[in-house]
Amino acid sequence: MKKIRTPYLLLLPGFAFLLTFFIFPILSLAQVSTATPISGGDIGEFEQTFRFSNYLEAFLDNREHFGRSLIYAVLATLIALLISYPLAYALAFKSGKYKNALLVLVVAPFFTSFLLRTVAWKQILGEEGFVVPTLRTLGLISESTTLTSTAGAVVLGMAYNFLPFMTLPLYASIDRIDPRTLEASGDLYANGFTTFRRVTLPLSMPGVVAGTLLTFIPAAGDYVNAELLGGPNNTMIGNVIQSRFLIPDYPTTSALSFMLMAAILIIVTIYIRKAGTDEVV
Amino acid sequence: MSDSANSARGDLKLTRVTKSYGDFTAVDDLSLTIPEGSFFALLGPSGCGKTTTLRMVAGLEEPTVGSIHLGSTDITFTKPYQRPINTVFQNYALFPHLTIFENIAFGLRRRGIKDVDEAVNKVLGLVELPHLAQRKPTQLSGGQQQRIALARAIVNRPALLLLDEPLGALDLKLRRQMQIELKWIQKEVGLTFVHVTHDQEEAMTMADTIAVMNEGKIEQMGSPADLYDNPKTAFVANFLGQSNLIKGSLVGTDGDSLVADLFGQKIALPRSRSHAADSSIFAGIRPEKFRISLLQTPTSGNVLTGGKIEDVSYIGVSTQYQVMMPWGQELMVFEQNDDGVAPFQIGDAVNISWEPIFTFALRGDEDAEAGTEVIPEDLDEE
Repeated sequence: MKKIRTPYLLLLPGFAFLLTFFIFPILSLAQVSTATPISGGDIGEFEQTFRFSNYLEAFLDNREHFGRSLIYAVLATLIALLISYPLAYALAFKSGKYKNALLVLVVAPFFTSFLLRTVAWKQILGEEGFVVPTLRTLGLISESTTLTSTAGAVVLGMAYNFLPFMTLPLYASIDRIDPRTLEASGDLYANGFTTFRRVTLPLSMPGVVAGTLLTFIPAAGDYVNAELLGGPNNTMIGNVIQSRFLIPDYPTTSALSFMLMAAILIIVTIYIRKAGTDEVV
Repeated sequence: MSDSANSARGDLKLTRVTKSYGDFTAVDDLSLTIPEGSFFALLGPSGCGKTTTLRMVAGLEEPTVGSIHLGSTDITFTKPYQRPINTVFQNYALFPHLTIFENIAFGLRRRGIKDVDEAVNKVLGLVELPHLAQRKPTQLSGGQQQRIALARAIVNRPALLLLDEPLGALDLKLRRQMQIELKWIQKEVGLTFVHVTHDQEEAMTMADTIAVMNEGKIEQMGSPADLYDNPKTAFVANFLGQSNLIKGSLVGTDGDSLVADLFGQKIALPRSRSHAADSSIFAGIRPEKFRISLLQTPTSGNVLTGGKIEDVSYIGVSTQYQVMMPWGQELMVFEQNDDGVAPFQIGDAVNISWEPIFTFALRGDEDAEAGTEVIPEDLDEE
C-alpha cells in the first residue's frame, strides 16, 4: 500500500502551495467580486450582497480596454513571433559553437528588472533619446510626431519584454528537429520555402504554441508597458484594474480580473484546439 | 522544376572531384563512372570520403573542384530538389509529423504527380508493409522504418538511388535479410543504386561493382570477386577480408608464372596477379586458400615449410589456425571442417601449401598493415 501512496505524498507540497496561494485567493476574489460598499461605512469597507451586476457594469464601463488589451496582446505576440522565429532557427541550426553564448544573450535582459527595462525604453523613445532626433533628421517623422504615448510604443514594448518567452520554447522545439529531415525534404523535390512550410514549421509547432501562449497571456494582463510607454488613449485592462484597486474599488477590480481570466482561458482553449499538437496540453 | 536536370538519365560520371574543408581534403581528385542500372558500392572506413562523395552526388554538398554529370547533363551545382536523385538516409530521416502514407507521397506531391494513391500503395506492397500506411514513423520498428525510407525514395523512380549506410542501424540478422531484399528490389525496379558502406560483407553481398575508398581516393574498383582474388594494394587486401602478406622478391619467370623467393623458399604466382613495381614484393594469400599438412604428408603446388601451430580456434564451419613460420611471422589459416579429420594441435610441426593461382603480389614498399587497423566505426561520424 505504501507504494501507492508515494505519488500522492510527492504531490502534497505543490498542492499545499497552490491551495494557499492560488485557490484561497481566487475564492476570496470571487467573494469580493459580488460585494458592495457598506452604506455609511468607510472607504474600502464592503459587504457581500451577491450583486452579480457588478460584472455587467464593470464590463460595460471597460469594453474599450478589454478590446484594446486583446488587440495589443495579439499584435505584440505576432511581432515577437516574427522576430523570434528566425532568431531561434539561427540559434538551433546556424550558431555552431556560439550556441550557448547566444542563448545566454537571449535571457540576458532578465538580469535587469522588467520595470527598469521598460523605463529604459521610455528614455530611448522619448524626446531626449537618440531615436526621435535621428528619425526627424532623416525626415522619417515630422517635427511634431512623438514615439512615446503611442499604441506602437506599447505594443513594441510588450513584444520586447516578452521576447525571451517566445524565443526559448521556439528554440527548444526547432533544436529538436533532425537536420536530416530537412535534407530529406530537399532530396524529395521540396525547395527551401516548401521545406519550411511542410517540414520545419509543422515540426516546430509545439514551440510556436508554447511561445505564443507564454507571450500572449502576460501581455493581455500587462499594465506596465501601457503605463510607461502609452498615453491616455492606450490604457489596457491591466491599468484599469490597477487604478480601481488603488481607489479602492475591490468589487470592480475582482470582477474585471475574473473576466480577464475567463477571456484568456476561452481564447487559449480555442487556440490550442486549432493549432495545438499532441506534445502541448 | 521540369527543367533538363530533372529529367536527366544515364551513367553517373564524376570527373576529378575534390572536396576540401579548410586544410582537410575529404575527397581527393576522384573520377568515377557508374553505369546506368548497376548496383554500385562505395566501400571504405570511416572518414574515407565515401559519404562526402554521396552527398555531392545528392547535391547536399558542392565539390570544391571537379564536375558531376548524369548522362550528358552537368548537375555539379544543381539544387538537390532539382536532381532526379533520391537518397535513403542513414537513420532514415522520415518525417515524424507525417503518416507513412504521406511520407512516401511527399516527393510525388512536390512534383505534382497524379495518382499518388496508386503509386504509394504499389510501393508499400513492394516493401510488404501496406498495413502500416496510416501509422506514424515512431510507431514502426527499425527494420520497418528502413523499408519505408526505401519506399519513399524509389516511389519517385529516380535516375539514381543513393543509400547512405542504410542498414547500419539494424541488427545483424535483419541486416542480412535486408541485404538480400535490397538486391531483389534493385533488380525489380531496375534503378541505379549507389550504396555507401563500411561493411565489406554488405558491399560484397549486394553490389555488382565495388569501389574501395581510402583517404579520399579510390584504391581499387571492380567486381567483388575481382577485388577479393586480385587486390592491387595492401589496403584492399586487408580491408576486404583478411590476407597473409609475406615479404619476398621476384627472382624469375616460368611461362605465365613468376617465381618469387620468400625467405629462401621458392613459390610461383600468376603474372596477371602481380602488381609489383620492381622485384621487391609482398606475396599475398587469403587464409582459406592455405592447406596445412604434417611434415611427412606429400603436398603439391606452393609449399612453405617449417611452420608450427601456435593457436587453434574451432568456430564450427571452420577452424582457424595461427602458424608461426621460421622467419617469425604468424600466418592465418582457415580450414573447412569438412574432412572428418581431427584438427591439428598446438605445437604440431607443419607445412603450408596452396595452389599458385591463389597468390597475388603487391609492391614491396607498401605498408603491410594498411587497412587492418580500421576501428569499428561510429556510424554518425564523417
